[in-house]
Amino acid sequence: MDFAIEAKDVVKQFRGAEAPALRNFSLAIPPGTLCGLVGPDGAGKTTALRILATVSNSFTGSATVAGYDVRRDPESVRSRIGYMPQTFSLYPDLTVWENLFFFAELNGVPKERRPERMKTMLEFTGLTPFYERRAGDLSGGMKKKLALACALVHDPRVLILDEPSTGVDPVSRRELWRILADVVRRGVTVLISTPYMDEAERCHRIGMLYQGSVLLIGTPQELIGRMPSRFLEVKASPRKAMRQIVIQTPGILSWRPVGDRLRVETAENHGELERIRNHLTDQFREQGMTVEILEEVKPMMEDLFVHTVGAQERRS
Amino acid sequence: MNHLITIMRKEVFHIWRDPRTLALILLLPAMLLILLGYGISGERNKIPLVIADLSKTDASRAYTQKFLVSDDFAWAYSALSEQELLDLLDRNEAEAAILIPPDFGESLDAGRTAKVQFYLNGSSDPTDMQTIQLKLNAIHQMAVQDLLTDKLSRSPLASSLSMPIESFSRVLYNPNSDQRWFMIPGLIPIILQVQALLLTALAIVREREQGTMEQLIVTPVKPWELMLGKIIPYLVVGVFNLFVLLILGYFLFGVGVTGSFWMLVALSVVFIIGSLGLGVLISNLAQSQMQAIYLSVFVILIPAIILSGLMFPRDNMPLLTYIYSMLLPVTHYLEIVRGIMVRGIGAESLWWTAIFPLIVISIGYFVASVLAFKKRI
Repeated sequence: MDFAIEAKDVVKQFRGAEAPALRNFSLAIPPGTLCGLVGPDGAGKTTALRILATVSNSFTGSATVAGYDVRRDPESVRSRIGYMPQTFSLYPDLTVWENLFFFAELNGVPKERRPERMKTMLEFTGLTPFYERRAGDLSGGMKKKLALACALVHDPRVLILDEPSTGVDPVSRRELWRILADVVRRGVTVLISTPYMDEAERCHRIGMLYQGSVLLIGTPQELIGRMPSRFLEVKASPRKAMRQIVIQTPGILSWRPVGDRLRVETAENHGELERIRNHLTDQFREQGMTVEILEEVKPMMEDLFVHTVGAQERRS
Repeated sequence: MNHLITIMRKEVFHIWRDPRTLALILLLPAMLLILLGYGISGERNKIPLVIADLSKTDASRAYTQKFLVSDDFAWAYSALSEQELLDLLDRNEAEAAILIPPDFGESLDAGRTAKVQFYLNGSSDPTDMQTIQLKLNAIHQMAVQDLLTDKLSRSPLASSLSMPIESFSRVLYNPNSDQRWFMIPGLIPIILQVQALLLTALAIVREREQGTMEQLIVTPVKPWELMLGKIIPYLVVGVFNLFVLLILGYFLFGVGVTGSFWMLVALSVVFIIGSLGLGVLISNLAQSQMQAIYLSVFVILIPAIILSGLMFPRDNMPLLTYIYSMLLPVTHYLEIVRGIMVRGIGAESLWWTAIFPLIVISIGYFVASVLAFKKRI
C-alpha cells in the first residue's frame, strides 16, 4: 500500500542539544486520512512536521510525502503539499487578497483558474467580507483561517498543519475543524498537530509522540480501548475532604481534577474499580459528606494522554 | 520567471504600502545630502587667535597686525601674560596663540634675532592643526621678508635688489578649492552604500524573523528567483536615489558631472548591484534584523566611511587596512565618482585603478550571493 506520508526511523539531532529531538520517529499515513499528532510540549511534534514539510532537511532516516522523498526531491513534495507553520507566517502589510494571490501564484495555480480558486478559498474560510483588510489587522482566528486558505489554494494532496487551533476561540476552532472535515472529505491527507485532546478525538488516526518517538498509533477508539485502566468520576462536598480521601485511598493509579470533579484512574483487573468505589462510598459516609457523583465513566483521549505520559515519566 | 515577478511585486508592495518606509527610502538620502552638503562650510578661515604682546612696541604691533589683517585669522583676545594665553587655549576660546616676549622690540632695534612663540591646539584634528601651523608660518615668513627688504632697501645695495625666485600655482579641476566639489561626490557613494546594503539585508532577514521564510521554503520558488525578486526593486530604488542626489548636487550645490554622465550612471548600477550582493551575503549570516544591522554597520559601513578615501587618503594605510579598503566596492566607486564628476576624466584613466576592480568585486559579490543564498530558516 502506498502511504501519503511515510517516515522511517527519522532521527533529528539539534546542534548543542543533549537528547535528539526525534529518535526513530516512524509514521505511515494512508491517503485521505486525517491524522493527529499529540504529545507533551517538547515531544518533537513541530520538528517532525517541519521535516515532512521539507523545511528542515538535516536528519537521518527517510521520509516520503505524496510519494516523493523529502530530501532527494523536495521540490516535487513542495508542489504537492500545503503547510501551515505554528506561528503566523503571512505578510502583515499585505491584504487578505494579496496574500492569497501571492501564494496562489508561487504555488503555480494556473492564471485562468486563479480568481475562481481564490474566491472559493475565501468563501470556504468565511473571509470574503475581509478580502481588502491587511492580514496584520485580522483577529487571531481569522489569521489562522487565512493561513489555511493560503496553504490550500493550490489544491494540495497533503496538508500539514502545525497547531492550527492554538490561540483561537472555541467558535473559530469549530469552524476550522468544519473546514478541515471538508478538506478531508475531498480526499486530501491531513497531518495535524494539536495540544487539544478533544480535537485529537476527531482524527481518524492518532500518533502519540513522547520524547521524539511515536509511542502509540491507531484510531482513537483503538488506543483508548487498549488502555489497561478504568475511570471513576467523583464529586462530593466539601471538596477539600474529598481530595484528602481520594489521596489516601490505596489502589488509585492517578487522579486529576476535571471541572468540579475528580477523575480517578484504577487498574483494569476485575473488581478493582468496584472495590475503590465501595471504599470511597464508605469513607464519604463516615465523614458525613454529601456525594453527588460517584460513577464509572468512559475513558477519553485525555485520560489516555495523562495515562501514557504519566507512565513514561514514572519509568524514567 | 513568473515567480520572479511575483516576488518582485510583493516586495514593491512592502515598500509602497507603508508610507513611512517609502518616505525614509526616498527622502532620507536627499535630506542627508542637503544636511551634510551645507554642513561642510569649506575652508577654515577666521581662526580665533590670541595675542600676548608683552613688548608693546611699534615693531611688535606691526608684526601682529600682519596676522590680523589676513582673512585666515581673527583677533579673539589680547592676553597680558603667558598664563592668561594658556588659559584661553584651555577653555577653547582660541585655536592658536602668539606670544611676543618683552625684549622683542629691543632685540630688533639692536639688530639681534628677536623671538616669538606660537601655540597650537594639538587636541584638534591633526590636519586642521597643520593647516593652522602652515598659515601662521606663511604669514610669519612674509613679515620677516618685509622686515628684511625694508632693511636692505636702506642699505647701499638697494638698487640692484630683486626677488631671486617667484612662484605661481594653478589649482586644477577645482580652482576655487571649493570643499563642496570634494565632499558632494564623496557623500553620494556613501549614501548609496548605506541604503543598498541595509535595505536588502533587512528585506531578507525580516522574512526569517517574521516567520514568512518558513512558508516560502515550502513553495516551489527557486532560491535565485526569491533572491533576485527581492533585490531588483531595491536596485530601482538605488538608481532613483542616484538621480535625486545628482540633481540636488547640481542645483543646490552647483556640483555637476564634468565627465560622462551616462558612464557615471552605468558604473553606479554596477556599484549598487555589488552592494546589494553584499547585503544578501550579510542576510545569510544574520538571524535577526538586529544582527543584520550590526554586521552591516561594523563590517562595511564604518570602514566604508573611514577607509574608502572619503575623509583620509589611502596611500599611507598599513597593508592589511589597504587590502580591506580594496575589498569594499565603495572605495573604487568613490574614486570613479570623483574622477568623473570633478576631474571629468574617462575610462582610459580610471580603467585599471578603479573601474576594473569595481566591476570585478561587484560581480564577485553578486555571484557569491546568488550561490550562497539558500532557502532556509
